Amino acid sequence: MMNQASEAWSEFKAMDELAGQASVIHRLHPLVKLLVTIVYIAAAVSFPKYNLSGLLVMVLYPVFVFQASLIPIRTCFRKMRVVLPLVCAVGLFNPFFDRAPLFMLGGLAVSGGVVSMLSLMMKGIFSLMASFLLIATTPIESLCQALRQMHVPKILVTLLLLTYRYISVLLEELSVMLDAYHLRAPGQKGIHVSAWGAFLGQLLLRSMDRASALYESMQLRGWSGAFYYVRGGRLTVTSLLYGVFWIALFLLARLVNLSQLLGTLLV
Amino acid sequence: MHMADALLAPAVAATMYAASAVATGVSIRELRKDETPQKLPTMAVMAALVFAGQMINYAIPGTGSSGHLCGGMMLTAVLGPFAGFLSMIVILAIQALFFADGGLLALGANIWNMSFYGCFAGYFLIYRPILRGGLFSGRGRRAAVRLRIILASVLGCVATLQLGAFSVVLETALSGVTELPFGAFVAVMQPIHLAIGLVEGLVTAAVLVFIYESRPELLMDVDPDAGAAGRRSAASTLVVLAVVVAVVGGGFSLLASGNPDGLEWSMFGNAESGYSANMGLDEARFGVESSAADTVAALQEKVSFLPDYAFANDAENPVGTTVSGLLGSALVAGAALLIAFAGGFFRKKAGAQKS
Repeated sequence: MMNQASEAWSEFKAMDELAGQASVIHRLHPLVKLLVTIVYIAAAVSFPKYNLSGLLVMVLYPVFVFQASLIPIRTCFRKMRVVLPLVCAVGLFNPFFDRAPLFMLGGLAVSGGVVSMLSLMMKGIFSLMASFLLIATTPIESLCQALRQMHVPKILVTLLLLTYRYISVLLEELSVMLDAYHLRAPGQKGIHVSAWGAFLGQLLLRSMDRASALYESMQLRGWSGAFYYVRGGRLTVTSLLYGVFWIALFLLARLVNLSQLLGTLLV
Repeated sequence: MHMADALLAPAVAATMYAASAVATGVSIRELRKDETPQKLPTMAVMAALVFAGQMINYAIPGTGSSGHLCGGMMLTAVLGPFAGFLSMIVILAIQALFFADGGLLALGANIWNMSFYGCFAGYFLIYRPILRGGLFSGRGRRAAVRLRIILASVLGCVATLQLGAFSVVLETALSGVTELPFGAFVAVMQPIHLAIGLVEGLVTAAVLVFIYESRPELLMDVDPDAGAAGRRSAASTLVVLAVVVAVVGGGFSLLASGNPDGLEWSMFGNAESGYSANMGLDEARFGVESSAADTVAALQEKVSFLPDYAFANDAENPVGTTVSGLLGSALVAGAALLIAFAGGFFRKKAGAQKS
């Protein structure tokens, strides 16, 4: 049986493995991928709540990246299983409060609430997919490099990198502690109130010692407070074209209802 | 309490990013004043610890359920407000990126709702005044500090979670993505987060008391010499308590109020008298649906025999364009499917590369 800590740990490992692959998307410049993701989410979320057909165009981006990067879509939905119901629950109220019919589908009146609920769910799924695809195709070091290029403060980026590395260490340690605790207290749902302080407190004390040891060892190796990134990630023409293409498409789709335009051309 | 990207309008998200960026800038500046490089590994390990600590289930006595830790208050108590705030940002960023908790766009709002209140409001208004104050002085030093830690942790967590939960409701309402009335949303969020805050406060208190017993030098504001300069009277502590009571009580009064939409009513409700126009407020542009009106309308529709079949007045979707919209959507879906099938091309290519 896996406890929550080891589950989270294995999720980190799985993401690291995905990000370590070498597909067309993985090879793109991290800054381009980060910018495309941000523009995509902002564009998708900003669609008016009744503009379902316009929003649908945005599905093309995640579908393309899933295919081109060879990331199984299953892993993405597995990750979203906790968060997605929450987003949907908020939208679930819309059909009850907004009942004016928006258009007729066959003989059925579709109310504004149903449309806005669907568009809210789609926005939720799209934005989660986009962040997932970014992190599944970009190793954390490359992402930190992109963040530095976007002038995110050095201290924050270094902290992110260090924390990320230490999370797996602490998750592993905590997983052992949880297993040990539950083996000695079988059938107990969580940590008993008598151990609330000591359980995490012990780990905290040990971690503080670990932190000072870490600092000393880093100092011995000449660390001066920040990491330096290899300038390996040159902005290639492919990356640039990729970024320009998608960002242009997102903006166009946001300004013009492409689905409708396509339909009008045919009718 | 993590907000998803879809629940936020970009304008609200950008505003919250700007607010959080200011707080981050101030924190970094403050932090640079003392030894940053030395503190960085400690911050990283503490952030990782709090992240891991969120995976622990705490059995709540007397109930069958269990609670979790969010950790903002604990980080602040050990690292101080500025370093705690930065560590919390990193935790939220990792949650957003790797666990789909929150989102890239909503990160600014989440930082504000979960870190700003906990690290700054909680520390400066509640935690530090109580710990440096003279409460429980009659009980001996160690016992007094212990009691102060417990009181500060519980009050701090409850108050800051109430503020955070209220901000979530406010940001969602301002984004206008849900038709859920403001008052109903508040009535759901505040009591839930009162319970969460209590559990969080008690767990935080337990951990901090444990640290105080074994390594008191790790905690902020418990050192008698450092505290002497900022020692305050019981009166100032009482002021702090009054602030906390006002914040928590404010949440409750919203629930108890007969007109829970007071905020919206005050802004848009008396539009007839030209109030909104006078104030330069435009409901449509503001993005807030008048939930009171919606509730009444929904009620009316339930009561009336035949529903009102007037079409929603949306210029973007007149009935005539619906057909082309549907047809175009089908084409887009077809294109998406085509890309999905074309994926075999990339897969084959990858397979060829491997062999």
